[in-house]
Amino acid sequence: MKTAAQFSVPYFQFLDARGELAEPPPGLALNALIPVYRTMAFTRAFDARAVALQRTGQLRTFPSSLGEEAATVGLASVMRAEDVLLPTYRETGAFLWRGVTPVEIFLYWAGDERGSCVAGPREDFPISVPIASHCGHATGVAAAFQHRKQARVAVCVLGDGATSKGDFYEAVNLAGIWRLPTVFVVINNGWAISVPAARQTACATFAQKAIAGGIPGVQADGNDVVAVRHVVGQAIERARSGDGPTVVELLSYRLTDHTTADDARRYRSAEEVSAAWAEEPLVRLRKLLAREGLWAKADEEALIADNQARLEAAVAEYLATPPQPLTSIVDYLYAELPAELVAQRAELAAREGGHHG
Amino acid sequence: MAELTLLEAVNLALARALEDDPDVVLIGQDIGVNGGVFRATGGLLARFGEQRVRDTPLAETVIAASAVGMAVQGMKPVAEIQFAGFMYSCFDQLINHAGRLRTRTRGRLSCPMVLRTPVGGGIHAPEHHSESPEGWLSHIPGIKVVTPASPASAYGLLLAAIRDPDPVVFLEPTRLYRLLKEPVEDDGVALPLGRAFVRREGTDISLIGWGAALVEVGQAAQTLAEQGVSAEVIDVASLRPLDSETILASVKKTGRCLIVHEAPRLYGAGAEIAAQIASEALMSLVAPVGRLAGYDTVMPLARLEDDYLPSAARIVDAALGLMAYR
Repeated sequence: MKTAAQFSVPYFQFLDARGELAEPPPGLALNALIPVYRTMAFTRAFDARAVALQRTGQLRTFPSSLGEEAATVGLASVMRAEDVLLPTYRETGAFLWRGVTPVEIFLYWAGDERGSCVAGPREDFPISVPIASHCGHATGVAAAFQHRKQARVAVCVLGDGATSKGDFYEAVNLAGIWRLPTVFVVINNGWAISVPAARQTACATFAQKAIAGGIPGVQADGNDVVAVRHVVGQAIERARSGDGPTVVELLSYRLTDHTTADDARRYRSAEEVSAAWAEEPLVRLRKLLAREGLWAKADEEALIADNQARLEAAVAEYLATPPQPLTSIVDYLYAELPAELVAQRAELAAREGGHHG
Repeated sequence: MAELTLLEAVNLALARALEDDPDVVLIGQDIGVNGGVFRATGGLLARFGEQRVRDTPLAETVIAASAVGMAVQGMKPVAEIQFAGFMYSCFDQLINHAGRLRTRTRGRLSCPMVLRTPVGGGIHAPEHHSESPEGWLSHIPGIKVVTPASPASAYGLLLAAIRDPDPVVFLEPTRLYRLLKEPVEDDGVALPLGRAFVRREGTDISLIGWGAALVEVGQAAQTLAEQGVSAEVIDVASLRPLDSETILASVKKTGRCLIVHEAPRLYGAGAEIAAQIASEALMSLVAPVGRLAGYDTVMPLARLEDDYLPSAARIVDAALGLMAYR
């Protein structure tokens, strides 16, 4: 017998749970981590505010990203503005870093399509709720970049559960064959609603699912923002320089329920969750910055105050946003309103007149 | 002007679109060197290169999904699915993404893609090669569904589909690919989407159909004429948007109608057309709205296929039945 092929999956961690930085990656600029920390902290504050709004009936179902701030902010922080993000529903940190406003995010989770008409990253995809079906959009976007010889990258974010779907494999496979500038970032938060990673796959890692597509797969501590930025950054630059796609697995943990409609206590132990809190990403980064003299108690207090003020302003603006006209239900369906919708639009306009007239 | 088959007209329209617009890209299985299983893309790889005519792996989901991604970036992808029976994994993309992108982003993003696939029975193909999915597709908000019935309309409608700013599913009747020829001018002129065509004028009954069914509808109209019945033939062409105006005008003129399609009758596109006629043209009707469709069952394999499809003789019988009402 001969071995036909052999593979390995590298794992990266630089900043451990105690906030100790061992063997930093070449060229690490600690200063660059300050805005990253600020956005991670704002993401956590936003998250808490969104859950509170949902609990008081002012927002609809909301998926918290508590505990995943290093992964989401980290991956966005190494993208360029002209790259395209193809997100799913738990990447609040990435949206905020990319310039989506808190008001837009509130609007979306309040059930208002204007929340997807973001003023910031105009070419980013809206949140994809169906699982994994956006992976192929990333290959298409990347094929367009390749066709137009643009040095841009499509960054597709998905969860561990999404790798169980054929859509993911089809996209990885095509990206490999066409050598597309795509990065598939799998945020492994341990749970696909109630199903743990070990019941999602028999693989030792999710990163190795890249191997069947003939492309590299790497794994990193997704609560270590230094590692996130390193591995995602390398994958993005590899894609940008024409060397093709990568699958990046970021190991993190969902510290709370799947969504506000879920109760995670039904399927996982309090011990597991409290152990995961010891690994969470925000504290370890703050410890590093403090140790390096880049972050003081006063900075933290000012940040908390800033974040609260920003959030209160955003909540006020969100709550004061006037409703959309009823006709907007049909107005955007096609570039030009087809005949069968003309009468329905008139009916909606009349109903609106009835409301306000 | 060249006499072309419907297949040659499709090829001509694709070549014209590739020539005119650098953003047009073809993707699909076997579309490159092989020119597609029916040769709809024959010669296009040699002429336009592998960046424009891209063979994909055997994966319908990512073909449709990649077309969405390209289209959102402003390209004009034309994806080929080899047979309609293999396109169902694309429905997720059409329903959850392509049809909704514009409305859910309030116009920020749009999806000007085309998904082409051969449809319908009558070529004695193996299982899952003969489906008529137009009813299911036409129920999806945000996409357009078009099916040509002749070489010239295939050329003009396909150009329109490619130039359209929204996602279009373009259903090519397999049975018509090589059945008949007609003059097709390569003038780059598109036909309008959302418009039905009056294929034959008449005064006694409207025969309403689309795609390959119009072959038998046309034969039936001829037979009826020989029996003194003047049938008007309407080619619906666009199932969504639907040109209700042309259909209703014809039924109001003739007072009778028979809707003919290959797909199963239950919840088929004919039911929608019948319902519109019932609510908008009731007072013009002198006979019940007739429907002659495929049976409400699985498309049979080749030996019983011809018995499943609406034949000219059955169309004539059904039309004469409606003529009995006075």
